[in-house]
Amino acid sequence: MPENSPRVGLFVTCLVDMFRPSVGFAAVKLLEDAGCTVEVPEAQTCCGQPAYNSGDTASARAIALNVIAAFKGYDYVVAPSGSCGGMMVKHYPELFEPGSTDHEEALDLSRRTHELTSFLTRVLKVEKVVAQFPARATYHDSCSGLRELGIRNEPRKLLASVEGVSLREMTDSEVCCGFGGTFCVKYPGISDKMLEKKLRHIEATGADTLIAGDLGCLMNMAGKLKRVGSAIKVRHVAEVLAGDYGTPPIAEAE
Amino acid sequence: MSARETILGRVRAKLPKGPEGARREAVELHMAQHPRNLIPARGQGDIDHRIRVFTEMMLAVGGTVEIIDDINEVPHHVAVYLRDGNLPAVVRRGSDPLLAKLPWHRGGTLEVTEGPAVDADRASISHAFAGVAESGTIVQISGPENPTTLNFLPEAHIVVLESAALFASYEEAWSKLRNSMGEGNMPRTVNMISGPSRTADIEQTIVRPAHGPKNMHVIIVR
Amino acid sequence: MDLGAANFKDNVGKALADDKLQNAMTETGPRFIYKRTKAREALPEFDQLRDQARDIKDHVLDHLDIYLETYEAKVKATGGYVHWAETPDDARAAVLDICRKANARMVTKGKSMISEEIDLNQHLEANGITPVETDLGEYIIQLRNERPSHIIAPAVHLTRDQVEADFRRVHTHLDPKRDLTEIPALVEEARAVLRQKYLTADVGITGANFLIAETGTSIIVTNEGNGDLTQTLPKVHIVLASIEKLVPTLEDATTILRVLARSATGQDFSNYTTFSTGGRRPGDPDGPVEYHVILLDNGRTNVLGTEFQDMLRCIRCGACLNHCPVYNAVGGHAYGWVYPGPIGSVVTPALIGIENAKHLPNASTFCGRCEEVCPMRIPIPKMLRHWREKEFERHLQPTSMRWGLGLWAWMAKRPKLYRKATALAARVLANQAFGKGRLKKVPLASGWTEFRDMPAPQGKTFHQLWKERRS
Ligand code: SF4
Repeated sequence: MPENSPRVGLFVTCLVDMFRPSVGFAAVKLLEDAGCTVEVPEAQTCCGQPAYNSGDTASARAIALNVIAAFKGYDYVVAPSGSCGGMMVKHYPELFEPGSTDHEEALDLSRRTHELTSFLTRVLKVEKVVAQFPARATYHDSCSGLRELGIRNEPRKLLASVEGVSLREMTDSEVCCGFGGTFCVKYPGISDKMLEKKLRHIEATGADTLIAGDLGCLMNMAGKLKRVGSAIKVRHVAEVLAGDYGTPPIAEAE
Repeated sequence: MSARETILGRVRAKLPKGPEGARREAVELHMAQHPRNLIPARGQGDIDHRIRVFTEMMLAVGGTVEIIDDINEVPHHVAVYLRDGNLPAVVRRGSDPLLAKLPWHRGGTLEVTEGPAVDADRASISHAFAGVAESGTIVQISGPENPTTLNFLPEAHIVVLESAALFASYEEAWSKLRNSMGEGNMPRTVNMISGPSRTADIEQTIVRPAHGPKNMHVIIVR
Repeated sequence: MDLGAANFKDNVGKALADDKLQNAMTETGPRFIYKRTKAREALPEFDQLRDQARDIKDHVLDHLDIYLETYEAKVKATGGYVHWAETPDDARAAVLDICRKANARMVTKGKSMISEEIDLNQHLEANGITPVETDLGEYIIQLRNERPSHIIAPAVHLTRDQVEADFRRVHTHLDPKRDLTEIPALVEEARAVLRQKYLTADVGITGANFLIAETGTSIIVTNEGNGDLTQTLPKVHIVLASIEKLVPTLEDATTILRVLARSATGQDFSNYTTFSTGGRRPGDPDGPVEYHVILLDNGRTNVLGTEFQDMLRCIRCGACLNHCPVYNAVGGHAYGWVYPGPIGSVVTPALIGIENAKHLPNASTFCGRCEEVCPMRIPIPKMLRHWREKEFERHLQPTSMRWGLGLWAWMAKRPKLYRKATALAARVLANQAFGKGRLKKVPLASGWTEFRDMPAPQGKTFHQLWKERRS
């Protein structure tokens, strides 16, 4: 590692941790390839968004303090998720009284925290990745990454540099897929209606692979695609950028 | 306690407590100065530009525009417009002095009636208080000179707009109004009209007319 | 007050199964979005105007008492009357009183959400006065005895054949042979019927998009011209407005008008923007003789000065509805009260009580599209979250959810325990997938598996694997 290698704390995200570690390893590879030293603080669990979005601010605050403590001292904190990234960047500071030490610390974390593709392109100025991945792909913009962090071109730019990937845009790529955390289990009918529309747009592109940057949305869309028997493969953007086509797509057999 | 006192009392109780005098002053100053906010560039430019933008916008919303040089030509153009639209050669106007002194005989058989519109009227003509280029909008003010009903009841509404009153923005029309009526005063009704009546209430499909005029025709006099 | 908002889940079920509604929503939703996008692209200053519009309203709300007083004084000075109404009852009584003094038997009405909010039509009817809605969409839903399903397009949930059926049912004069299959024919029929109403109405009632303090003026914005015929022809004009409609000056109103139509219908400006100040002046040959304004509070003062104040900036343009994937999935009636869509989910709990509208703030994915398009830059997701906080504080959420999330949060605060639990869960679920990569059914997760498979975990957690890799 070079002397000035940035020290990055990887925020794994609870879904990647439990469901799809391969996304985490793909993120580690991308960060290391870009010259970072990656560490994974043990004390992390979840960003607290489910509590925050359910109105349980006290729990959200406690979890946030845990995350803030776990990631103290890293040059950067990177998450393979616009949703958790958005929580830490935009919402942590809202949880604490302005002027308090906790607020200062939340702001400090907020400034150091990035979603993976935007960190690579904006902070590390990565222009391209060296990877191969055979995919006629379409990209879904997850809501938090897009609207809270302004991520739109970043993943597309990197994907364009992957050998074998061709991108075709779907209609309404920026419209919610119907995941919404607990929303999708509280209002499954509405969620499904949103998913149906999303699926129609995905299928209309003729793509064989669906890519996005958030595992929650991906699990939602993959779950529906598989339920209706679609052959479209579903992948997290980190896996594609890392050239990890060995791991089976989301919701598919080994 | 009256509803008025209750409501105002609640508002006061809820608002941030600041020195009362300063709050009042802030409001009075703002109303006295009525500063203009950002005005889009679109309508701004010389009269040719304003006519061009106005025409473009008015056509886009289904109105029609013709540009003439001599105001005395208006009766002739009205007659032709009605004939081409298969409308009877009758037009209703108010007591507007500019319209009153037009050489209406030049409209041939054109009959001009005076007063507010009635349901049976097929066509009316008004003299615009102002025009606004930025959105192709006509500004009409109420009164005997150009009664409000002329704008709404007849099937065809013809408007005479002098180029000197064709402004870039709504704000300039307000300035003209402030100058003519005094600060803070308004006529009973100011109608800003951008094209003929329309609806999209069934399946978001645009249909003209809904309840007002089917045609709006603006004659700009340079 | 009907409390359909409490039945959100049932309403949603019906809406999702209603093919006609689904067709109508699929057709119209994208049109609104397309038109707004075009209008926005055509005006480079649009987003700056939004900032200014927001600032104007914030200034008004911070000085609302003074603006209300100033406005009232000005209306009086121009010969109009102001009636303050704390509750819907007050407002209804004031309107009825004015109508009775005018010996009114029939009143025409322009589009007014306040009228819906106070259930004015029922009240007038109960007192022997016939209200006739004149906005085409409102007219149609009045024939159907429904509420509007959209703030600016009340009949957006209907298709032309449904409208035809309603006209044939109510317009008994209609020749059965007359062709009403095309939309222009339907519009023409409504025009003819309503023209007679305008001419014979005793009182005209409209809403107000804005009230101008400087001049004592009310503004209505329409495309049909119905509001103007409603307020110009009868002897009496009543304006229904809520207290947050105030703006300071003509210039300020103008700025907000520039973002209103663009956000609502994608027009640069609505066809008819009408500024009304008082009644007939000496020499006026037309126009109403009397001009009354009803100023309604109905809970708005409760919102002032709280974390919900920003909702009072709303100008009811409907853009947040048009861009909301939830609204577009279920339509406006599912929301169960007057104001549907994202802003409805913020406003309804404030006006009828969160306990009567528990679902509304939860029925959002927080996708943020509403805030992105709101001309007044209202942080709708943030307000919805505040409502969820209130529900959490007051234990209004379903017990299962409280327990589930409570347990999860308890674990999330204990990393060591959390590690063990997630490792166990990942292994169990992975085993149950039998190498297929997904599960059709998962205990306690029927909400997920009703419509989708559950992707299976890969087996070990990232933290387990990371440890192995390090050692
Ligand atoms: S909240 Fe905003 S977008 Fe929604 S209706 Fe109100 S002003 Fe329009």
